[in-house]
Amino acid sequence: MSRALALSEAGLAFGERTLWSGMNLEVTRGEFIAVLGTNGAGKSSLLKVLLGLIPLSQGSAEVLGTPVRRGRRDVGYLPQHRTFAVDAPLRARDLVRFGVDGFRWGLGGNRRARARVDVLLESVGALGYAEARVGQLSGGEQQRLRIAQALASDPAVMLCDEPLQSLDVYHQRMVVELIDRYRRELGGSVLFVTHDINPVLSVVDRVLYILNGTFRLGTVDEVMTSEILSELYGAEIEVIRRGNRLIVVGADDQVHHASPDGYPS
Amino acid sequence: MSLVLHLQGALFDFTDYGDLVVLLRNSLIAGAVLGLVGGLVSTFVMARDLPFAVHGVSEMSFAGAAAALLFTGNVVAGSFVGAMIAAVAIGLLGMRARDYNSVLGVLMPFALGLGILFLALYKGRAANKFGLLTGQVVAIDQQSLATLVSTSFLVIVVLAVVWRPLMFASIDPEVATTTGVPVRVLTIVFMVMLGLTVAVSIQVIGALLMLALLCTPAAAAGQVTASPFWLPALSVIFGLTSMLGGTLVALGTTIPVSPFVTTGSFAIYLVCRLIRVTHDRGTSRARPHETSRSILTRTTDSMERP
Repeated sequence: MSRALALSEAGLAFGERTLWSGMNLEVTRGEFIAVLGTNGAGKSSLLKVLLGLIPLSQGSAEVLGTPVRRGRRDVGYLPQHRTFAVDAPLRARDLVRFGVDGFRWGLGGNRRARARVDVLLESVGALGYAEARVGQLSGGEQQRLRIAQALASDPAVMLCDEPLQSLDVYHQRMVVELIDRYRRELGGSVLFVTHDINPVLSVVDRVLYILNGTFRLGTVDEVMTSEILSELYGAEIEVIRRGNRLIVVGADDQVHHASPDGYPS
Repeated sequence: MSLVLHLQGALFDFTDYGDLVVLLRNSLIAGAVLGLVGGLVSTFVMARDLPFAVHGVSEMSFAGAAAALLFTGNVVAGSFVGAMIAAVAIGLLGMRARDYNSVLGVLMPFALGLGILFLALYKGRAANKFGLLTGQVVAIDQQSLATLVSTSFLVIVVLAVVWRPLMFASIDPEVATTTGVPVRVLTIVFMVMLGLTVAVSIQVIGALLMLALLCTPAAAAGQVTASPFWLPALSVIFGLTSMLGGTLVALGTTIPVSPFVTTGSFAIYLVCRLIRVTHDRGTSRARPHETSRSILTRTTDSMERP
């Protein structure tokens, strides 16, 4: 089994509005794909399709050779960082525990699950604050826990929905390295939605750029060029490579970086 | 020996002793059962940030009970209907507080006003009127007790079955959805359980003081623990303590149970809050630091912060 994800002639529309259509995408095992595009282009919706949360309007979507469906254990999901209330009745280990058996009926509480949580916490370097309240941890610490939570089911595919949002550069790098290690050591495939290509530039295999109902798929060098992006945006876009950073200058350039919170300023 | 005889003599002097024992027994059973179920339900009320919704459900329950008092006489049925309508409506509106807070704010005074209208039109005993709002002087007949115990039992069994996914869905709904947890169904299930709990509690503790039973115990427990075992355990202990303690004190007075229960649970909350504050002060300077055991984390941690 080398095909982790497959979309064929896939299209997604909400009412009259078509987000994208005619999408053909095959992701092999161990591949890291960055998904880029403007707000509302349908990047997160693509992940929701693969999670089985919303149906395609046309075409088909498969995960590991079977049609998408909700609640599969072989698909991990890493959400955007969202702050917990300081008083939220949840310790770091409990958040990870949700990923291990939070979906099972009953009261819970067995030793094997507890041991599994310890292993997961250690794998992301979070054992030191296992007993701390989630709401009192920093954004970076919380995202580590999120990664451990997503790894709980040994997923073959990891779907990441802007996990770098509102993290500083240091913690962005930490998240990317953990995800990269997951695919190198466990052979997992990664679909990584991000506003900015730069944090994942060194690990990404291919880029899926979704914009204005259309998309481009290819390596960074194939997609992240002035010609292609100008065509996608329908405006003059310039891509400058400076050291190991890509700087995109144009109508919508803030989408890629610049403002610290990731939103166009 | 002579002491026992003396005691017996003293006891036999109570001609209505049998009635007192039944009254006392029923009140204590009701207090214990409500403390238990209130402690468990309040755990989720806090996890889901629902105190305002609890208040809304209990005021609707009051309106239903008041209407029943006026039109049919079956107060218990009325409080169930009112609580259910409110609980299911809130459940359907959504699970986030901001989705329904303003709707609740609009509906609550309306429900309360309706209830007061029904009470004003009611020509029966005045004690029945205030009881729904502020709780009763200890008095629970056999039939009310049976309803209370069986409903509470149902609530506890259902909560035990859905506990884990409900906690997941309450605190982390986005990820819970992706793992296949039926988040919306669980929302409705919980709101129905909340409605049932409010409906059986309203006659004992009163609509206005419901939060002392369905919010304070877990809020107090949350001050001293975040463990998924100790949080509900302490919450139940606090609920039991305030309900049983309140009932025992109220038995010796002509005052309703509720002020003793609310005072007791508030005192417990204050103590827990104090423990938290002193504990935080002791540990804030020694917050655990990130460990770096795995190879990757070592490299990450050794990176310079920009």
